[in-house]
Amino acid sequence: MKVFVPCDSAALSVGADSVARAIEEIATVKGLDVTVVRNGSRGMLWLEPLVEVETSAGRVGYANVSANAVATLIDSGMLEGAQLPASIGIVDNHEWLTRQNRVTFARVGISDPQCITEYESLGGWAGLRKALTMTGEDVVADVTDSGLRGRGGAGFPAGIKWKTVVNATADQKYVCCNADEGDSGTFADRMLMEGDPFTLIEGMTIAGIAVGATRGFIYIRSEYPHAITAMNTAIAKAQEKGFLGDNVDGSGKEFHLDVRVGAGSYVCGEETAMLESLEGKRGTVRPKPPIPALVGLFGKPTIINNVMTLAAVPMIMAQGAAAYQALGHEKSRGTQVFQLAGNIKQGGIVEIDFGITLGDLIDGFGAGTHTGKPIKTVQIGGPLGAYVGTEAWPTPMAYESLAATGAMLGHGGIVVFDDSVNMAAQARFAMEFCAEESCGKCTPCRIGSTRGVEVIDRIVAGDEQSKNLELLEDLCEVMTDGSLCAMGGLTPLPVRSALKLFPADFNIVSGGK
Amino acid sequence: MTQFVVEDLERTLAPFRGDASAILRALHEVQSELGFVPDSALDVIAKTCNVSRAEVYGVFTFYSDFRATPPAACVVKVCVAEACQANGSREVVADLKAQGYDVHTRKAVDGIQVEQAFCLGNCALGPAAFVNGQPIGRATAESLLAAAREVSK
Repeated sequence: MKVFVPCDSAALSVGADSVARAIEEIATVKGLDVTVVRNGSRGMLWLEPLVEVETSAGRVGYANVSANAVATLIDSGMLEGAQLPASIGIVDNHEWLTRQNRVTFARVGISDPQCITEYESLGGWAGLRKALTMTGEDVVADVTDSGLRGRGGAGFPAGIKWKTVVNATADQKYVCCNADEGDSGTFADRMLMEGDPFTLIEGMTIAGIAVGATRGFIYIRSEYPHAITAMNTAIAKAQEKGFLGDNVDGSGKEFHLDVRVGAGSYVCGEETAMLESLEGKRGTVRPKPPIPALVGLFGKPTIINNVMTLAAVPMIMAQGAAAYQALGHEKSRGTQVFQLAGNIKQGGIVEIDFGITLGDLIDGFGAGTHTGKPIKTVQIGGPLGAYVGTEAWPTPMAYESLAATGAMLGHGGIVVFDDSVNMAAQARFAMEFCAEESCGKCTPCRIGSTRGVEVIDRIVAGDEQSKNLELLEDLCEVMTDGSLCAMGGLTPLPVRSALKLFPADFNIVSGGK
Repeated sequence: MTQFVVEDLERTLAPFRGDASAILRALHEVQSELGFVPDSALDVIAKTCNVSRAEVYGVFTFYSDFRATPPAACVVKVCVAEACQANGSREVVADLKAQGYDVHTRKAVDGIQVEQAFCLGNCALGPAAFVNGQPIGRATAESLLAAAREVSK
């Protein structure tokens, strides 16, 4: 009998390892024929550790299992799929999952993520095998036709980027996966790398073969030790089975893949800073142009895409560009992996077509706050994203519709705050974070962020408030227009939105002083 | 640093010989070997990668992961980014400070050192933390110190 206990680090953080051990120990003592499978997480993180038991009717789930409760649960019939207070029924029928459209996350949580044969039996390598029968130009055309846009935040069409690289002439080209998922409230890249690493390997290999890049790197932040281990293990297995190396799946084509590890710098998630870091240097931003597609890693043409972008490619190749293009909203095609985070009752992964409203995500999937208090604000798109209030609930979640409201989708993270949050403190933190993480190359970001903290402090203290409000606005304008990259350029977004929506939190006296 | 360790390090770093793009990897290698990056290791890296000491120093000081001094027996990293703030990480940090563990000074007390981190990727179960690399969700000052004392025993 198979029992599934997730190995995802979110599940580990609430005791999944000790639950797995307890089940194995009790099974041994009782002489039960139990195999504990360490699957990825289903993404229903508020239910972790979520134990699943295989039955003839399907996999029955038991939520929030603790190691201490395992003996009682087994005595009460958990291994037979008994209806118990902890059970959530057949996991595949859970409304939270049936309402979703899992494309990129289709395999996450189903099986042992490191089992390469199971990966194949669940549809893995089909996209790569199809790509190997096509010309590079045709693969790139399919990616273009699918409408896939970069999931890292900027939303740039992936096909256009790839076309630039395929058309470039060079003795060496590279594929770099940006797995420096530093935005607070985002964890989709981490969960995919831990929960379905071969999908990323397959996507990168397709990219490499399509554009003629023989080397790839995955740049993973050091805060993700479990993802680093998972990717290294999976790469070794893919090499052993011939899906990476000098002769990819017997095609005669070459693609080598390596993991590189960051060292605690947020700005290295900016693509040119990431290139510097991949070259072993300080993670400072490079001016653009030249674009990395032409002058990238070690000065060579380079595809840089986020984990979610590259992980969508195998499905696009296997099921066709039209299938992916059929999903979505206006110019945002396909699905988006939303991450519900912060003070939320039901947090986790919601992969669904673009176009779902913000309110549906937060109330429908998220079920309100974890603390039970009313929601005051949500921040969309990480530390550089805008704060919005409940008036934004009807907004369709897609690149253009969010931009029209002055917000941005970013990497799809949504952080919920209850009414105890002080928005002046959040605005101050945005500047503080920018000061802490600025690479220092351009002045508006390096110095503006520190001045921003000071100006916000003076506003809150009521010190020459109207003058300092004007100064803050001026500073925000300089940072927005004058910074080299999004770090300084977007920090004003959370600051301005917090000030606009919640002036009372800044102790604003009408008319100023 | 003794001569023995220098030779040891040279052996560890041998794969990076002559590779100027390996500075960051070499720093990671030294820190994983020794727990920190001693000043004299910068010279070893410079020599190995065939770059100047200034270049190695520049990389070393840019990244917040690298330490110039040995870490405490147990290092607790508490996430202080937005998603964890929404779940009370500011209070966790304040509670820890009240018990003598300051994320800013990072002073070790009884073999436990507390630091701040910006996002650990566990944003739905915050406050998130790592205790010597072990992830902990829904953290409180008490749960973190209990886990840390278990580790540093």
